Amino acid sequence: MANKSDLVLDVKNLKTVFFTNSGLFKAVDDLSFTVKRGETLAIVGESGCGKSVTALSLMRLVPDPPGRIVGGSVTLEGTDLLALDEAQMRAVRGNRISMIFQEPMTSLNPVIRIGDQIVEAVRLHRNLSRKEAGEIAVEMLRLVRIPEPARRAREYPHQLSGGMRQRAMIAMALACRPALLIADEPTTALDVTIQAQILALILDLQRELGTGLVLITHDLGVVAQTAQRVIVMYAGRKVEEAGVEALFAAPKHPYTRGLMASIPAVPASGAPAQARLNEIPGTVPSLVRLPQGCAFAPRCKLAVKRCEAEYPPLADWGGGHLAACWRAEEVAEVA
Amino acid sequence: MFAYLVRRLFLMLVTLFGISIVIFFLLRIVPGNIVDILFAAAGYVDPADKANLEKELGIDQPLIVQYWHWISGFLRGDFGYSYVSEKPALQEILPRIPITARLAGLALLFSASIGIPLGVISAVKQGTKLDYALRVVSLSGLSLPSFWLGLLILTAAVAMFGQIPIFNPNPQTWLEAFTTYAVPAAAVGFRSAALTMRITRSSMLEVLRQDYIRTARAKGASDAAVNYHHALKNAILPVITVIGIEAAFLIGGLIVTETVFNIPGVARFLVEAIRWRDYPIVQNLVMFIAVVVVFANFTVDMLYAVFDPRIRYTD
Repeated sequence: MANKSDLVLDVKNLKTVFFTNSGLFKAVDDLSFTVKRGETLAIVGESGCGKSVTALSLMRLVPDPPGRIVGGSVTLEGTDLLALDEAQMRAVRGNRISMIFQEPMTSLNPVIRIGDQIVEAVRLHRNLSRKEAGEIAVEMLRLVRIPEPARRAREYPHQLSGGMRQRAMIAMALACRPALLIADEPTTALDVTIQAQILALILDLQRELGTGLVLITHDLGVVAQTAQRVIVMYAGRKVEEAGVEALFAAPKHPYTRGLMASIPAVPASGAPAQARLNEIPGTVPSLVRLPQGCAFAPRCKLAVKRCEAEYPPLADWGGGHLAACWRAEEVAEVA
Repeated sequence: MFAYLVRRLFLMLVTLFGISIVIFFLLRIVPGNIVDILFAAAGYVDPADKANLEKELGIDQPLIVQYWHWISGFLRGDFGYSYVSEKPALQEILPRIPITARLAGLALLFSASIGIPLGVISAVKQGTKLDYALRVVSLSGLSLPSFWLGLLILTAAVAMFGQIPIFNPNPQTWLEAFTTYAVPAAAVGFRSAALTMRITRSSMLEVLRQDYIRTARAKGASDAAVNYHHALKNAILPVITVIGIEAAFLIGGLIVTETVFNIPGVARFLVEAIRWRDYPIVQNLVMFIAVVVVFANFTVDMLYAVFDPRIRYTD
């Protein structure tokens, strides 16, 4: 078990709700997890399962109204972020915890030079002159392998390609050497060839700087390549958590199993192509009207009466492999 | 960029040429000329005298000749003589320009310095009581004609102080100059400030939803830095457009405001000149205003490139 001081992030019973016209819904419900120094934790799930709201909750950037964090704690390097006032939280954001977003095309301010955007991030948290911060900005751009960093620093976002912009975002996020980096689908909007480069870059820098990484993705391929541990979320709750090998070897939750089956397999040469891609039938339920029992039950082939009546607890299946399913034992057999 | 500027200047010349034709012929369509008006006032008409006077002023010639006479003189810097005062038109117009320019400048300053910050506040506090209050005030600004507002201000001044502010043609200090112009400028600038506020608000609301605003917050930027540095810099373009258009519209507001406040500027002078069909004054003055408006538009276009690096004027 990890030493306590090794923990960068300790989230306990996080609960974020949204107040909407159609009612209150729990976007994140009773979520707990930890991230160690230099560790990569992947959070996977379909659209609308609460991944991004989790990320924004850690940054305390959930738009309020309509959203609000109503419970739990987010402890970053021993400090409970949820207990800080807004000014104290600003000193943490971009400094000890930072975030890169899904859309590099729209996440940089179009009318401010790339270099100046990084300089701003540095000077918000370090007492440096404009010139010194400028040098750090160029150094960061070099670190994320942008060619001719000094020239690029003077350019505007529209002069950079999508991949370059995401590199600049990474440079900005890491400029203050945060203890934790949250990457919310950092490669989803990029070309496939660029995706691998950006992922490799994030991992290299993470190793170099010893940053804890929360990687949010819907792509299990990315998870397999990058993460040490995985959390699978469904309808705002954690349904499974395991080390990456254990998860891929023996998923305990039918939803995880479904996600894996949905990855199209490349047929061996000569073999007939799979006639139809596997899918999980149905869609994520409306968070306003969640079923009383397991939220996945209506889409689950293994569902029994009990699944619809009672929400299954997160049970430990050995080695920190947690799963919330009444029929976890049968999941492996069905495979 | 150079080629763009040359092409742009050429287009401006074409525009001004078109305007000169419109001014000239519109003025001739208006029934009666100065001779008719003078003779009607005298109540006695001797067709021979009338023809003599028309000949003397050159308004008996074919319109094309008259136009050529005016425009060629205009290009040479010969603006002719006022029919009414018989002084050179330039001498009549020039001293009045600074008065109107100060009034217009101050009105625009009010509109930008009040409209933009209030628009930002209104957008940031969207849905609050403050937002509603500001929107109601701005709605009243858009619906109150400036002459009516001017009259209200004068009436209020009489009711409260027993006197109305008199235009002071020779202010001794900056403060005196400011107080001389501030009230009429506020009356005519209220509308533009209201419009500027509304445009700033809607433009800011659009920008505040953007991803890069979230990025700025994620960096740890303060609300002020997010609103004024990150958001306003993006939201300012439509505001500049509106202020540019307002600068042109202002002249219309000034005509009545100068009349209401009894200020001897060009706007009121123009109305007088139209009443007398004082062709040289009207033509040259409207032409001068057209030049100002065309250059204001040009400035706005150039400002786009300053504020938005994505806009570059290439050849």
